[in-house]
Amino acid sequence: MRVVVDLTRCQGYGQCVFLAPDLFSMPGQEALMYDTDPDDKQRERILQAAAACPVQAIHVDRMATQHRTVDPELAHPTSARDDEFKRNGHIVIVGASLAGGRAAGVLRRDGFEGRITLVGDEPYEPYDRPPLSKQVLTGAVDAEHTMLPHLREIEVEWLAGTPATGLDIAAKQVRLADGRRIGFDKVLIATGARARPWPNKEEAALDGVYVLRTLDEARRMRRRLANGVDRVLVIGAGFTGSEVASVCRDLGLPVTVVEAGPAPLVGALGKVVGAVAADMQREAGVDLRCETTVTGLEGRDGRLTGARLSDGSTVEADMAVVALGAVRNVEWLEGSGLAAGPWGVATDAGCRAVDINGLVTDDVFVAGDVARFPHPVYHYQFLALEHWGNAVAQAEIAAHNMLSDQAHRWPHLSLPVFWSNQFHVNIKSVGVPTVADEIVIAQGSTAERRFVAVYGYRGRITAAVTFDQAMWLDFYRGQIEQAAPFPPGYRMVGQVEETRPMPAGVPQRLAPAEGATVVVTGHDPAERRVSLVRPPQ
Amino acid sequence: MTANDQAKGDTVVASASIYEQILQFANRADPYTLYRELRKTPVARQEDGVYVVSTYEHIVALLHDPRVSSDRRNLAHPPPGDPLPPSFIGLDPPEHDRLRRMTMRNFGPPHAPRTVENLRGELLPLVTSLIDGIAGRTRADIVDDIAYPLPVAVICRLLGVPREDEPKFHVWAEEIVETLGPGEGDQEERNKRRQAALLGLAGYLGELARAHRRDPGDDILSGLVTYDGPDGSMSELEVIATSALLLIAGHETTVNLIANGMLTLLRDPGLLQRLRQEPDLVIHVVEELLRFEPPVHFLPQRVALDDITVGGVTIPKGSSIVLALASGSRDPAHVRDPDRFDPDRPYIQHLGFGGGIHHCFGAPLARLETQIALRELATRLVNPRLVADPPPYRPSSVLRGPRHLFIEYDGVAPRL
Ligand SMILES: Cc1cc2nc3c(=O)[nH]c(=O)nc-3n(C[C@H](O)[C@H](O)[C@H](O)COP(=O)(O)OP(=O)(O)OC[C@H]3O[C@@H](n4cnc5c(N)ncnc54)[C@H](O)[C@@H]3O)c2cc1C
Ligand code: SF4
Repeated sequence: MRVVVDLTRCQGYGQCVFLAPDLFSMPGQEALMYDTDPDDKQRERILQAAAACPVQAIHVDRMATQHRTVDPELAHPTSARDDEFKRNGHIVIVGASLAGGRAAGVLRRDGFEGRITLVGDEPYEPYDRPPLSKQVLTGAVDAEHTMLPHLREIEVEWLAGTPATGLDIAAKQVRLADGRRIGFDKVLIATGARARPWPNKEEAALDGVYVLRTLDEARRMRRRLANGVDRVLVIGAGFTGSEVASVCRDLGLPVTVVEAGPAPLVGALGKVVGAVAADMQREAGVDLRCETTVTGLEGRDGRLTGARLSDGSTVEADMAVVALGAVRNVEWLEGSGLAAGPWGVATDAGCRAVDINGLVTDDVFVAGDVARFPHPVYHYQFLALEHWGNAVAQAEIAAHNMLSDQAHRWPHLSLPVFWSNQFHVNIKSVGVPTVADEIVIAQGSTAERRFVAVYGYRGRITAAVTFDQAMWLDFYRGQIEQAAPFPPGYRMVGQVEETRPMPAGVPQRLAPAEGATVVVTGHDPAERRVSLVRPPQ
Repeated sequence: MTANDQAKGDTVVASASIYEQILQFANRADPYTLYRELRKTPVARQEDGVYVVSTYEHIVALLHDPRVSSDRRNLAHPPPGDPLPPSFIGLDPPEHDRLRRMTMRNFGPPHAPRTVENLRGELLPLVTSLIDGIAGRTRADIVDDIAYPLPVAVICRLLGVPREDEPKFHVWAEEIVETLGPGEGDQEERNKRRQAALLGLAGYLGELARAHRRDPGDDILSGLVTYDGPDGSMSELEVIATSALLLIAGHETTVNLIANGMLTLLRDPGLLQRLRQEPDLVIHVVEELLRFEPPVHFLPQRVALDDITVGGVTIPKGSSIVLALASGSRDPAHVRDPDRFDPDRPYIQHLGFGGGIHHCFGAPLARLETQIALRELATRLVNPRLVADPPPYRPSSVLRGPRHLFIEYDGVAPRL
């Protein structure tokens, strides 16, 4: 049975753990771990668990969409020309992972009867990556057992292990590595990202040096961890690096984390929350070295032995995990004329690709980690996200828009949501925490590692981050959508710490288009719209 | 209603009277038609300043709104206190979290994730013996014969309360439930009855707690009185308030779910038949029941800590808020065809157990007990039929369910 829990929805109610404790577990207060491929003997329990989830986040054998409407099956109106396309058209999806697979499912759900070709360079059908740095590394789940359930039985022509090498928009063709060209009526670019490799090729090739993005990489890492390691060196304390460190501690392995910034997670969540993460890591026994970089890896006989650090010290380690972020898979789009670069492929708010002239294309769509899209809530800045929830939400909007005429297209207006499980704590965020000048601990206590941190930019709430407090997150989502004032001045339950705003300490990469403050209304994607409001005087 | 009232504005007065009608016992059999009217004013201010919220979207928003308190002491005009301190459902974080966490240690994750799993083996024999008990006849009361004794046996066993004492605490529990939240009749008289029942139950549980402290067993009460850890330990009053909550909630709610379930099945013979052939179906039948005929219809105890604007209405700080859960679960803006019982919906998301930090503590038990009871009743009763439809109801509008559910049947098949 294929199981996936949409952890962007999960609020940590634990109902699944009660009903199927062999398949779901909560090592801390809210951080959920689960078996992605349970035995058929557990069928009754898994069905009970899935039915009991208060937010219907557990999908067994079948996915439900992220966007839920009262009428999920309702086909939207189309013109006669669109009807012809829906019956006989050809859609090519490049990238057969989370976004690509989800888009294919939605296309079929919404009545697309034509041909779908799914081009993927990996040999596997779409699988789920978040478990790779969690359940798979601990050994609780085999890497091969992370296949995503389908939205429905989708009939697609699936070209596995087939990299795309080019896109010819004028001729409406995708070029493949084997020399083939496939024509399309519409194409979806969903090639995601890959792990940024260690910059020194020779050092990167040492036995014991790993990156983590794919199933194969996770399997190799797991095998190594299981065989016994003296010390793991994690390079970079972003989410992936921190999760790897957490797994190592769970396995009882000594681990050194080297981070260039002042604390873990600072790049995404800022200094205040980063400091909490640093405490958490040290308390768990991580040897954490911040404001330090690895200047070189050392090896003997082709095997990793350790690393030199910028402070002149050395670390002995027989395994290193390079967790320096991701690189967008855009090389194959060179020469296509699309606005594609290190930050991804630019789109409009409806997932249509923008070309280098800034013109919006008609038939080229983009979704997932490879996309870079303008978000009205964040001053129409282009966001490039590496979030599970964004990949599925955007894929659903892209698929819808591929089948819709101008009057029926939807904007991709979901607020970014993200989760991470590390050191037995569930971390979630909504909004964009890096768009912030101030932060306030609105509820709970950082000392107990149960809190809500609210981020503000120029007097508006822009994001919220929770540690084991996921049940409040939707409230703050609403606050962001309403452009509510920061700091939130109301009386609330669970206010235990002094609630004075502090400097957010996030890396400033904001070039704000001031004056563009918007309010988002509507839940149903067909109804979600923005309207401009005047900035506070 | 006076002419003057009417002049004040249609919406307010009209919906106030709808809420009052819902509370009237005469409308217990079908509150749903009234909920439809109620939802026309999603946030309805009553004449006494109480705000009734009846649409799914707004209820969910308030369940997750940190400006909403569950502690009645935050009301602009707090009511006279109960003789017991509030249990965790009547408290806010951080006190709520501390007490709930200490209680959960004995019942669920992270410390006791297998409690419910370990109980599974006991549930089926319990249900089997209850159904065997009605085998020699052709007429039974689903409430008194099955739906009530099952959860009582389970909660007694879990909590560590002797089942023989049931006649004693049953009277108090019933009284406490019937006087919960708004009701008809003299409010002062209601309050007096409530205080007396609470005192009676508190005395009984206090003594029991002391006995468990002397001689702890493998039950929640023993866990509560003996625990001393990072969260400290529970005071005697906290132990009493917590165990009173579990005892009452454990046996005054699931009874409604099972009885409402059997009623729904007997009204839909096709469904009853399907249940005999598709054992897994019961899982979704119970989930749809929680949406369609839930045991708890209102959360009447919430308080606005600050001015809260919801659905275009500003609820002033200190106001009492009633969340009409059962109405929200039938909101057509949330579910298609809400008044149809349909266990085959692609996903069933409901307010049957509330939501947010106060989400029902015993939900996993209620689900399992009801699933097993309904599946066994459906498969073992031969040609069951309702004697009276609608059945007689219990007085409470909050914990709504039949007082009796008389059925006739041709026989009881042995369990295979
Ligand atoms: C270890 C790990 C842990 C994560 N944990 C979390 C988490 O806890 N929470 C969270 O919100 N998110 C998490 N994520 C992020 C999440 O998994 C991604 O956002 C998601 O996978 C993005 O999906 P995608 O389909 O856009 O891209 P990808 O999953 O990257 O898929 C792109 C696919 O396209 C293929 N491809 C690339 N180039 C070509 C080409 N030229 N031709 C054909 N195919 C090509 C790739 O091989 C890949 O299969 C995690 C990611 C990783 C790697
Ligand atoms: S919300 Fe999360 S923890 Fe709770 S039942 Fe659903 S999946 Fe499990």
